[in-house]
Amino acid sequence: MKTTYREALREAIRDAMRRDDRVFLMGEDVGSYGGCYAVSLGLLEEFGPERVRDTPLSESAFVGAGIGAALNGMRPIVEIMTVNFSLLALDQILNNAATLLHMSGGQFAVPVVIRMTTGAGRQLAAQHSHSLEGWYAHIPGLRVLAPATLEDARGMVWPALCDPDPVLIFEHNGLYNLAGELADDAGPVDITRAAVRRPGRDVTLITYGGSLTKTLAAADDLAAGGIEAEVVDLRTLRPLDSDTVLECVRKTHRAVVVDEGWRSGGLSAEIAARIGEEALYDLDAPVRRVCSAEVPIPYARHLEEAALPQTASIAAAAREVVRGG
Amino acid sequence: MKEELELLRQMVRIRRFEERCAELYSSAQIRGFLHLYVGEEAVATGVLSELDPQDSVVSTYRDHGHALARGVPMDAVMAEMFGKVTGCSRGRGGSMHLFDASHRLFGGNAIVGGGLPIAAGLALGHLMRGEPRVVACFFGEGAAAEGEFHEVLNLSALWRLPVLFCCENNQYAMGTAFAKEHAAADLALRAGSYGLAAWSVDGMDVLAVKESARRAAEEIRAGGGPCLLELRTYRFRAHSMYDPERYRDKEEVAHWRDLDPIDRLRNAMRPEFTDDDLAALEAEVAAEIDLAVATAEAADVEPVADLTRFVTSEVTP
Repeated sequence: MKTTYREALREAIRDAMRRDDRVFLMGEDVGSYGGCYAVSLGLLEEFGPERVRDTPLSESAFVGAGIGAALNGMRPIVEIMTVNFSLLALDQILNNAATLLHMSGGQFAVPVVIRMTTGAGRQLAAQHSHSLEGWYAHIPGLRVLAPATLEDARGMVWPALCDPDPVLIFEHNGLYNLAGELADDAGPVDITRAAVRRPGRDVTLITYGGSLTKTLAAADDLAAGGIEAEVVDLRTLRPLDSDTVLECVRKTHRAVVVDEGWRSGGLSAEIAARIGEEALYDLDAPVRRVCSAEVPIPYARHLEEAALPQTASIAAAAREVVRGG
Repeated sequence: MKEELELLRQMVRIRRFEERCAELYSSAQIRGFLHLYVGEEAVATGVLSELDPQDSVVSTYRDHGHALARGVPMDAVMAEMFGKVTGCSRGRGGSMHLFDASHRLFGGNAIVGGGLPIAAGLALGHLMRGEPRVVACFFGEGAAAEGEFHEVLNLSALWRLPVLFCCENNQYAMGTAFAKEHAAADLALRAGSYGLAAWSVDGMDVLAVKESARRAAEEIRAGGGPCLLELRTYRFRAHSMYDPERYRDKEEVAHWRDLDPIDRLRNAMRPEFTDDDLAALEAEVAAEIDLAVATAEAADVEPVADLTRFVTSEVTP
């Protein structure tokens, strides 16, 4: 069937709410408004205000309430409008959701799912455009997911709810209108492994989320010039599926990491470090990274475009590692 | 009389337990932070005497009194102070983070205000399942300056969540006096402005605390939404073992010590409750503490090999 990323997410939430009475959705404008990005449109009408709960603009309170409800046997899906606003709830996510199980000696698991938008590309300026999922991927106790395809948008919510521990789902704002074919029987997917989205032999391009489309386009460009790039979609940013990454790098002997987050201390640094630790002698060239410029993402279109990884910059980096610059 | 005796016993247990902890701290058998509740025992004792086993408790870093009054076995609390695997948090939390699933104690939270959202969520679970439960959420007056206080009071009143907010106003946020921190002095009025029932209680009078908690819990169970009690109390000892107490004078401490909740109840129980009765009670508590210390000293520590256990659950999705 024809669908979009937005509709696939909505169907995933609807399916979960039908399957399990303990599942409910809460967040800013998820009900009457239908969700800031229209993901939950129609769910209020179907499930009612008890299970589709509009919250006040109180990120710390409603994220913490999701954690508390999860501790008390519910299976909340909490929507935070964007990752930028999630910082107002960072204390709850780090000090409670990610910590309680260990600090209580295994007594209190927190099966909460927290969804949020991430990323730039819509000229929304710095306070709506950052990619901070790498920060969350730093935190032990969390599972961090980044669905980049229709299958993953449809399939990650249910396994996230089945996870006994907190799961964060990052939806890049540029993906909601992604359209395509989805199998009628599409359902839950594995949330532990990275996926090879395009096989290749010359270089491995490692990416996730909103950068996958650009990276696949870069791989097409490279193919036209005779370079066969393998594209790895990380899918799960924590715990990282190092095995898949390393297997690909050992095959192609070259790697480029594409990450819309900032370079310094970011997710791309972690991946490059793991390759360096585990596969240095398999490399024929240094690992390269294509990340966002280390600036607050600006409004003006030309500046925003210049700040972000783009198909051309990804392809250029790949050519450099293949041909030695 | 039976009720008073139980309240007295509980307060004495908490007081003597903490006095022993202070000694153990001085002899370095307990490390980390140690925030004593001495002087505030009437609050935990009075409030928690009105809770049912199916109710829930959210606490702060000053949580020994809450854990003991909730019924967490003293040896499990003492073992936690010693960092032993038999501790109520397996030694991972220590003094500030006492947890006990079987008593629905959802932890001492050491982020000021950090427990309030959790309490709201626990209450939301009860509300959505239609259960007549109460979530008692303890926090200090310092937390009333945190954003969570305002966010959670509003959310809880809006959704009529069954939370009993227990603001332990011990007059100092660590070393900052109430008047230096809050422009408006009336916390009950502030809470009331969010649309919930709120009133102030003499937190040095365990019977008054119990009565207020009973009334509030009854309203909450009946679906009346959250309540807030401002429990006016005082900690007789320093904020923590590192606190030189430069911020308050001895006269003020002496004034509050005259209001000691244990003496107050003990005096109210005269003449039926004799000095011999008190001596017997003290002896019983001392024996319980001795046993808890001996058990904790003898207990094992968690093997280092288990360091990474429970970062995530031991089942895969």
